[in-house]
Amino acid sequence: MNTLTRHGLFFIALAAVLVAVTYQVDEFWNYNIAGIAIFVIAAAGLTVLTGINGQLSLGHGALMAVGAYTTSLLLKTQPQTPLILTLLAAVITTGAAGAIIGVAAARLRGPYLAGATLALAVGLPQIATHFGSVFGGNQGLPVAPLSPPAFLGTDFSSNRWLAWVALSAALVTLFLLANLVRSATGRRMRLVHDDETAARLAGVDVERTQVLAFIISAACAGLAGSLFAYQLGITSPTGFNLTLSLQLLSAIVIGGLGSLFGAVWGSILLVILPLKISDLAGNLNLSSDVANNLPLAVYGGVLVIAMLAFPRGIQGALVSLVRLGRRAVRAAGPRPQVSSTS
Amino acid sequence: MSSRITKSKTAVMASICAAAAVVAACGGSSGGGTTSNTASAPGITPTTVTIGSTQPLTGPAAPGYSEIAPASKAYFQYVNAHGGVFNRSINYTYLDDQYNPTATSTLTRKLVLQDNVFAIFSALGTPTHLSVVDYLNSQKVPDLLVSSGCNCWNNVAQHPYTFGYQPDYTIEGKILGQYVKQTYAGMKVGYFAQGPNDEFGDDGVLGLNDVLQGGGVTVASPVQYYAPTAAGAMGVKAEMAALQGQGVQVIVAFSIPVFTATMLASAFSIGYHPIFVVSNVGADPPTLTAILTGGALGVALPQALIGGVVSDAYQPLVSDSANPWITLFKSIKSQYAPSLPWDGNVLYGMVQAYTFVQALKAAGQNPTRADIVHALENGHFTGPGIVPFSYSSSNHNGYSGVQVVKIGLDGTETAVGSIYTTDDTSAGAITQYSGTPSTPPANGIP
Repeated sequence: MNTLTRHGLFFIALAAVLVAVTYQVDEFWNYNIAGIAIFVIAAAGLTVLTGINGQLSLGHGALMAVGAYTTSLLLKTQPQTPLILTLLAAVITTGAAGAIIGVAAARLRGPYLAGATLALAVGLPQIATHFGSVFGGNQGLPVAPLSPPAFLGTDFSSNRWLAWVALSAALVTLFLLANLVRSATGRRMRLVHDDETAARLAGVDVERTQVLAFIISAACAGLAGSLFAYQLGITSPTGFNLTLSLQLLSAIVIGGLGSLFGAVWGSILLVILPLKISDLAGNLNLSSDVANNLPLAVYGGVLVIAMLAFPRGIQGALVSLVRLGRRAVRAAGPRPQVSSTS
Repeated sequence: MSSRITKSKTAVMASICAAAAVVAACGGSSGGGTTSNTASAPGITPTTVTIGSTQPLTGPAAPGYSEIAPASKAYFQYVNAHGGVFNRSINYTYLDDQYNPTATSTLTRKLVLQDNVFAIFSALGTPTHLSVVDYLNSQKVPDLLVSSGCNCWNNVAQHPYTFGYQPDYTIEGKILGQYVKQTYAGMKVGYFAQGPNDEFGDDGVLGLNDVLQGGGVTVASPVQYYAPTAAGAMGVKAEMAALQGQGVQVIVAFSIPVFTATMLASAFSIGYHPIFVVSNVGADPPTLTAILTGGALGVALPQALIGGVVSDAYQPLVSDSANPWITLFKSIKSQYAPSLPWDGNVLYGMVQAYTFVQALKAAGQNPTRADIVHALENGHFTGPGIVPFSYSSSNHNGYSGVQVVKIGLDGTETAVGSIYTTDDTSAGAITQYSGTPSTPPANGIP
């Protein structure tokens, strides 16, 4: 079986499971599944850029803002624009923005690249504040929630529909990226990451590869941003602050840098963890100074422990676990018939 | 209060109820506790009412504002300890959105879908709450007493379940503007505001301009704006120098506490000593003192900067220990939330909680979500606030006016002149309010 077919079958099976899940959970968890899927899209894009191609970006939250504002502006002027077009428009504009930033980024290394993308994260949302008549200022642009298509029936949950849309987008993105990282382009990206000089000697156009990685990654951020606008119902600068960029980065690092699975684990953790600990503040009988900061402290603590316990991320830990398991089976068994460690 | 009672009688009844200590006297349409409690709406059981809120407990907006929800909760605990409302205790869940609309959006859905709240109460912040106002109204969830002075909450046609709370910034701007025009005639006035393109600063400037443009004083342009980011809080010396250079003698500021403090410190450090007029949300003396003496600014004598600042109020003054409301809330605070400071934010949370209990009670023994909306529209509540509410079936604005106050060198506020009410239209007249202040019921529960 070739990579394309194998990935295709895997994603079709996964889609079936996920659709079943959206029927099992309530409205609130459908909303959160959509949130996870959106996070996965952006984090997977960042994985290609940072984990595979080795370019650090602290500005992906701002690229999500480009996608969100594209969608919101389009819907403001043409409220009837179909979903698929608003998503595509966001992918294209953000990809274009990524191309411009990518050209600059390809000339920068290490801390300089981090600094430049950090400036992007801080500066870009301010444009929306400055040109308030177009972008709605701090108050932002409202986005009407997605309504399920008529053929699903009138009482079809809008949150389930949101989850379906976001999951479809996430699965398509992951499918394309999974094939990309296994392709010649993906190998070139890895080579550039590992050793630029060797890449050049091997005839790889380093700058071109880096700009391409930035465009792909930005396009993913744009798609995520567009869906984010539908999920939130409003696009405002405060929603795309530096924290968002840093969260994306933490997601891929905690999930396991360089692995698309890692982006998924990290996204799940970063969406669910704050929800699970948000109640801590009120339920315990603590002074408000302590209670108010407790969820944040727990959140930070869990992330620190996760990094200490799994230095190669959740995916890294899972891989080690599987290896350990196989070794144990082999040691316990009388005589291994087939070795399937490939 | 039942909606069946006619309007003229309602006002009389309201004052009777406010004075009466008898719990059942204010009973709703379902009649004074003879019928039994039922689970009449989501979030209501025979023994509990669950309400929720999103608040900036951490992050840039937390200093000061993070005290509001714990203060409300302290008042609810007091009510619960004294029999609750129709024998139901109030469960108040407030979650930290860090002033980030993304978190507000998710946490509000958690409150509605998972925690199954009867209503959202006191949700704080304009950009944050704007992200959920459509959602809450589409789900017909009462969205009561929003903690923000944006005039965007008053949109009965689109958002029938949403109610503002504090006077909106345009009302504040108009009344502060009138004071400036009368008191500082002939002087040059400059504005310092959050923005540009921010409802807080813009709405305030709108109200100021309604009154100040075209006579009495000279208004310097342009408006000096600040962006509410951490970097901005390092100093606004350039903005202050620009106003100083234009010979501005009176600065009117629509700023959050951190930026009021920064403004005062920055002006002082460049040797500029104008008269400062600051909107209510940015002028609470204990909050300003804490910010000025703490961390980045490190001012040794904060009272020297805060003393003389002019602001306004719509609830009793924190330092007015002769006011029976202050005595009541202060004693509840020391019993149920001893770790909270005693300041304007704590008072705000308690007055807001009191108003909610008034509405809940007026909604009747077994209220539906629509009942509490009608109760607020028709209640004509009087309580701790020194100005009346604007609430009616066509107006969901909160308090309708303010009284100008001056902060003394000892950090206490003193009322200056009369109480005024107005609306947020430029044609709306500013009228003197002469209603007598109400006194708290004997047990402190409406």
